[in-house]
Amino acid sequence: MIEAFLPILTVVGYALLVLVPLLLAVAYLTYAERKVIAAMQLRIGPNVVGWFGLLQPFADGLKLLHKETIIPSRSNSIIFLLAPLLTFGLSLSAWAVIPFGPDLVIGNINVGVLYLFAISSLGVYGIIIAGWASNSRYAFLGALRSAAQMISYEVSIGLVIIAILLSVGSLNLMQIVEAQQTVWFVIPHLPIAIIFMVSALAETNRAPFDLPEAEAELVSGYNVEYSSMTFALFFLGEYANMILMSAMGSILFLGGWLPPFHIIPFTWVPGIVWFALKISLLLFIFVWVRATLPRYRYDQLMRLGWKVFLPFSLIWVVLTAAVLMGLHLLPGQ
Amino acid sequence: MKDDIQKDASSTQTYTLNFGPQHPAAHGVLRLILEMDGEVVERADPHIGLLHRGTEKLIEYKTYLQAIPYFDRLDYVSPMSQEHAFALAVEKLLELDIPLRAKYIRVLFCEITRILNHLLNITTMAIDVGAMTPLLWGFEEREILMGFYERVSGARMHANYFRPGGVHKDLPPGLTEDIAAFATRFPQVIDDIEKMLTENRIFKQRTVNIGVVSAEQALDWGFSGPMLRASNVAWDLRRNQPYEVYEHMDFLIPVGKNGDCYDRYLVRMEEMRQSVRIIKQCLEQMPEGPIKVKDYKVVPPPRAEMKKSMEALIHHFKLFTEGYHVPKGETYTAVEAPKGEFGVYLVSDGSNKPYRCKIRAPSFAFLQAFDLMVKGHMLADVPSIIGSLDIVFGEIDR
Repeated sequence: MIEAFLPILTVVGYALLVLVPLLLAVAYLTYAERKVIAAMQLRIGPNVVGWFGLLQPFADGLKLLHKETIIPSRSNSIIFLLAPLLTFGLSLSAWAVIPFGPDLVIGNINVGVLYLFAISSLGVYGIIIAGWASNSRYAFLGALRSAAQMISYEVSIGLVIIAILLSVGSLNLMQIVEAQQTVWFVIPHLPIAIIFMVSALAETNRAPFDLPEAEAELVSGYNVEYSSMTFALFFLGEYANMILMSAMGSILFLGGWLPPFHIIPFTWVPGIVWFALKISLLLFIFVWVRATLPRYRYDQLMRLGWKVFLPFSLIWVVLTAAVLMGLHLLPGQ
Repeated sequence: MKDDIQKDASSTQTYTLNFGPQHPAAHGVLRLILEMDGEVVERADPHIGLLHRGTEKLIEYKTYLQAIPYFDRLDYVSPMSQEHAFALAVEKLLELDIPLRAKYIRVLFCEITRILNHLLNITTMAIDVGAMTPLLWGFEEREILMGFYERVSGARMHANYFRPGGVHKDLPPGLTEDIAAFATRFPQVIDDIEKMLTENRIFKQRTVNIGVVSAEQALDWGFSGPMLRASNVAWDLRRNQPYEVYEHMDFLIPVGKNGDCYDRYLVRMEEMRQSVRIIKQCLEQMPEGPIKVKDYKVVPPPRAEMKKSMEALIHHFKLFTEGYHVPKGETYTAVEAPKGEFGVYLVSDGSNKPYRCKIRAPSFAFLQAFDLMVKGHMLADVPSIIGSLDIVFGEIDR
């Protein structure tokens, strides 16, 4: 009897092994963000709850947990509650294919990149449903902006991924990392690495592309009507997505779990530590940008996405293909 | 929302959006009814009066001395400049000439107030377009300036320091040195904020050619201060109708070219630098001497004297109960407040209370032109335009 359930139990166990550290990382990402921005703004940041304010994320979580969930009377309550669940659930499910080390992955599937791409594209549904179900103009405007923005920037992320795929010859994330043994893709593909990073900011609705939740004009955009845990799920989802995009960035461009140099002191460090360090570096960029830049306007964002990034990444794909063909470096040849 | 669209679909595609009065970018209690076509604003209708306190009427029931604190509470980010206008108006009716040191102290604190105001405006405008770091840097400095306010008057904001006949108290020991130290250090902070904003590509995209007001329009709508100067009209009451000791001061009047949000930002930035110059000159030139007139009918006698002199005690008693009688007459006196021309139209019927006190608030005129500026721009430009207007509802609603 127990044997029948064993595979399910192991999968659940693996999932917990990934998700619990992930949620902890999300909690401490909010803390790190507040501390880093505070330092940039000549402030102290959270320092009251626990040593150096280390328990602040849990205090925030608890506070949100015991607040009342307010459902606007004119909203469609089922869809209204579904939206945050969708956003949060999607941001967690993407982690199934992320390889943390040479053998550390839940689902080593051959279309890993496509799976990641699909999941992050679905993220827009949570937001547009939230905006629609809230039945509020501010939320609706935020959701519309968000949908337009995420779709536009996915196009350039897609082309960036194609360029990487051309160099690797596989959609498997493990193989993408293995292909960077000699040189990380950030060096030959530097321009699109930058495009990927900027698009990741747009994809996760972070500054300077945080206009779906632009505080100054839309109050807080699609999540304006949400309170308590429904809001917390959006919030956690957004931060989990930031970590996910950083993980994607380090797999595609920074060699995933590989050490920077294959010499003794570096190879002693376990791969998962390198991976975590690379993710942290990219997350720091997320936070740094937020403290530095003003926000784009809707039309300017669209112009940047369609008229600058899209042609450029398209040209890069063609260029990559041409160079690989010309030098007979195409994988599998 | 759906209902509204269907209702309007026959004629236009617009919908109305209620912006404020509780909105983080409304700079107080502004309520805007925006008629929107998608993200584009077709018409903006500002609703005011949510902070109306009846200041002008209240002043009619107060003695001249009791009226001053109301001026602090009009534009609560530049209190002393407004006390200044009222003090000057009363002095004009009383035909008082205040001592030179008092004039220097007034100019010194007016320029501190200007920095105080512009720091708030520029940094909140930055946060309205999404850059939040300058706000924190700027408020660090405002804190220091409010410290100066506190040391001279005992209050960080509502100073009640400029009185008809001079200023309330002399500068406490050590204050001039600290202000001088601030004046030498502060330009570095302006540079830092400029580094974050002035050449920032996104900031320029958000502000250049947004909310353009031509010189003619600016004059037609009654603009003054940085709003007028950004539209390339070099009009500054400190230069054109000098009061106090401004004619002895060496400073420049920055003007903009296009009259857009970016120019208004640049004008205010430069005005802060010029204010620092004026502060330095004030500190250099400030003479020793009395800080209020010797006329004990208008200013209270020294406390020590009241212990010995019967007459001084009577003066004190009369001053703080009945107040002083101002000769019959009327005056319009205006000063260059940080936001623009702040004027007081004072009518005296010879009694101890003003017969009428009309206040001319600069931001009221700016808000009138809001529809003109915002028409055809996008929703995201509404906060940047409001930010560049530098409006405070204390003085608009009065």
